[in-house]
Amino acid sequence: MNRIYLDHTSATPVDPRVLEFAEKYLMGGFGNPSSLHSAGLEAKEAIEEARSKVVQLVNAQKDTCILFTNGATESNNLAVRGAALRNSRKGTEVLASAIEHMSVLNPMKDLQKNGFKFTIAPVDSTGIVDLAKLESILTESTVIASIMCANGEIGTIQPIREISEIVHKKGAYLHVDATAAAGKIPIDVQKDGIDLLTLSSNDMSGPQGAGALYVKPGVKLQPVIFGGGQEAGLRSGTENLFAIAGMGEATRIARDEMEQESTRLTRMRDKLTKEILKIEEAYLTGHPTQRLPHHASFRFSRIEGESILLYMDTKFNIQVSTGSACSSKTLEPSHVLLAIGLKHEEAHGSMVLTLGQSNRDEEVDYIVNGVRETVTRLRELSPL
Amino acid sequence: MAEASYSKKVMEHFMNPRNVGVIENPDGYGKVGNPVCGDLMEMFIKVKDDIITDIKFRTFGCGSAIATSSMVTELAKGLHIEEAMKITRDDVANELEGLPPRKMHCSNLAADALHEAIKNYKQKKQNGQRS
Repeated sequence: MNRIYLDHTSATPVDPRVLEFAEKYLMGGFGNPSSLHSAGLEAKEAIEEARSKVVQLVNAQKDTCILFTNGATESNNLAVRGAALRNSRKGTEVLASAIEHMSVLNPMKDLQKNGFKFTIAPVDSTGIVDLAKLESILTESTVIASIMCANGEIGTIQPIREISEIVHKKGAYLHVDATAAAGKIPIDVQKDGIDLLTLSSNDMSGPQGAGALYVKPGVKLQPVIFGGGQEAGLRSGTENLFAIAGMGEATRIARDEMEQESTRLTRMRDKLTKEILKIEEAYLTGHPTQRLPHHASFRFSRIEGESILLYMDTKFNIQVSTGSACSSKTLEPSHVLLAIGLKHEEAHGSMVLTLGQSNRDEEVDYIVNGVRETVTRLRELSPL
Repeated sequence: MAEASYSKKVMEHFMNPRNVGVIENPDGYGKVGNPVCGDLMEMFIKVKDDIITDIKFRTFGCGSAIATSSMVTELAKGLHIEEAMKITRDDVANELEGLPPRKMHCSNLAADALHEAIKNYKQKKQNGQRS
């Protein structure tokens, strides 16, 4: 049976068109963008071309607003640490939603160990940030609030414009991690009132090893990585030319195809969701309507996520994701599932499907059948 | 430190677990773990002349949990209960050709479930003899 890959939130294959565009930078087009000779200038041009493509995806004010990093984790660290440490005269409080990625939460926990106050903004049972609570916990001392555009585990999309108004009332920067959302739903940093935005290449069918951070003009940051001063001094290090060029092209393709892909994937997502929810004791996680077009996440009572993943992979050659404890490095269930109010035993039975370019409507029946059989089989084994 | 993935043997026991099910009126019953942690195992044994003549299990848990439960029943079937009491987590893990380090606790749970079932049998037997 051909592989049916449904874990695009973990990794996406590189789009062949991206590879075709960028591979010349692996073979031959290798100059250092900081060199002043023709090889360097060619490389520099490739970086700048990629930069303007990213500008277009998010409607940034100008090219200098986009910094390239080596990935979303790095962009998140730069946003959080860069803003907090640079602006400690404004205040020493940082805030994140309860469902942020660990690459936002962990740098904030680290800042906490070094004198900063770290507050968490709770979410409701569908994953939406509690706006009233957010307003009440922000203070004049908050330097940065980090709230993701959409969550990769439960698919929920946040009301960023409303959040931006609330955050700006207290004079804090709004950082938005758009790793899961970029290329899937429109993002306009100007209209949405965003100060810092994280982007990930490999979440948009670009190569691994590149990411970006949008920085609104006037926002003050300090670097996390110090060195030769590349990227306006904010991210030193010789640029990953192949990955950045690839990221640029991936961004362009995503922007061009967003509408049609989103329609196509929403249709497939909704078919899958409707059928899977017919299974006994199957529940949707995340918001039922305000969710990413390619994202369908569930939990099943009385069975465990890692065994769901393994059975689906081994018996049906379908790759899915889970938030179960056994599947994590720490043996703790996903903090996202706990934040939306699931009990531990409920969080264990999670299964996340994220669709991508390679998936087709014709696969729906096979997938649904696979899920049904897996759930039935594991419940036969279960004492619960 | 390299994170080992599951061995072929673990996958085999996960996909085709042996001795799944319940025994009505078992001679011994053991239950360990809890759903909050993500692992719950039930073990049922039938004993005649202190030999485990039949053994069945049910497990809520991950790949290791199911595979180790299955393996422990395979190891214990036909054994004298004192022999079966000596089965350790390492015996189970070794028969499965190894488990990733952070999954070793699953094999502990499987051995514990078996031991609980045997203890339960001994308890019942003792109570039976007293009355």
